[in-house]
Amino acid sequence: MAKGVKPRVKVPKKAAAGDTITIKTLISHKMESGQRKDDDGNLIPRSIINRFTCDFNGENVVDVVLEPAISTNPYLEFEAKVPEAGEFKFTWYDDDGSVYEESKKIAIE
Amino acid sequence: MTNLKGALSALIVAGSMASGAMADPVDDTLIINEELTIVTRTAAPAHVADVLDEVMSGWLFRGTETRAMQADDFDNPGMIFVEQAEDVWNTADGSEGKSCADCHGASSDMSDVRPTFPKWNDAAEKVFTLEMQINDCRENRMGAEKWKYTGGDIVNMTALLASVSRGKPVNVAIDGPAQSTWEDGKELYYTRTGQLELSCANCHEDSYGKMIRADHLSQGQINGFPTYRLKNTKLNSAHARFKGCVRDTRAETYSPGSPEFVALELYVASRGNGLSVEGPSVRN
Repeated sequence: MAKGVKPRVKVPKKAAAGDTITIKTLISHKMESGQRKDDDGNLIPRSIINRFTCDFNGENVVDVVLEPAISTNPYLEFEAKVPEAGEFKFTWYDDDGSVYEESKKIAIE
Repeated sequence: MTNLKGALSALIVAGSMASGAMADPVDDTLIINEELTIVTRTAAPAHVADVLDEVMSGWLFRGTETRAMQADDFDNPGMIFVEQAEDVWNTADGSEGKSCADCHGASSDMSDVRPTFPKWNDAAEKVFTLEMQINDCRENRMGAEKWKYTGGDIVNMTALLASVSRGKPVNVAIDGPAQSTWEDGKELYYTRTGQLELSCANCHEDSYGKMIRADHLSQGQINGFPTYRLKNTKLNSAHARFKGCVRDTRAETYSPGSPEFVALELYVASRGNGLSVEGPSVRN
């Protein structure tokens, strides 16, 4: 199991209806590629975040497949249109089966 | 013929760049998280006023993208390590079963610490850097093992303490019992070392603003330490940077945590008295 995994997201607290906002996400994760060897020459098993999704009020915003070449602490930034007040839900899927979740509310000004 | 002319003028441009490449520090203001204004240039403190008019943070010597990373905690990769240190701050360690927070309270209450270190320690009768103070706490109050001087644990902890002090002016004492250490540090600052026979002052006092190969020489201020360096993707302490600089003069270096580097840190910190603490900063 990957240690020290901690998701972080940054979403504006409010936006005008129909506005496009920028969302920043980062999860601290070592993203072990599965290609490296330890000091004894044994392969270090792959351990990465393999999928990331963001939903807004139940509707999917992005669904990303992550590959082993992505480096430590993957940072994803994307834009989303906010038609109404609601909640963004973020989910990261780990190779070891862990699922990390975070959510942020946004209000309409 | 036209081609030859083009080649010639290209040569001339290249030649003039090599001879005297100057690039002034940018005219920019650092505002972190759109609320905290950082003093990145101010009048030189009295003890360096004879050699510098103005003291400037290394932030002004870095590129647009690097500067922007530091202006937002979410984009500053150093803040990940600050978060890790915050967890350590609240976790008990050692035979006494105490955490940092048990004695000191919240880390955010420690904002007067970073700006005044290195400073004189009465009990030990010498100047303590923040690292020495942290290890003193660990050994004598917590009954825990001390951390390696430039290791990840201690650098993260100094980053946490710097982060809560951001915006406060560096204010190390150079008089009183610390004075002789400060003078030792000043001596080192102006002493040429290595096969290249360079002192700190040759680059950071006489030549800041010039290019040293592809790098833009700053004044070598340490108000932004520990710094997250893009080249090694981790936090770097001031002593690790000193070691790198002395090595670059092709000299045998002092060790991080040695009395020489402690004195040098006090002196270099004092050159930035008045600049805001900005660690963990982002540099290339």
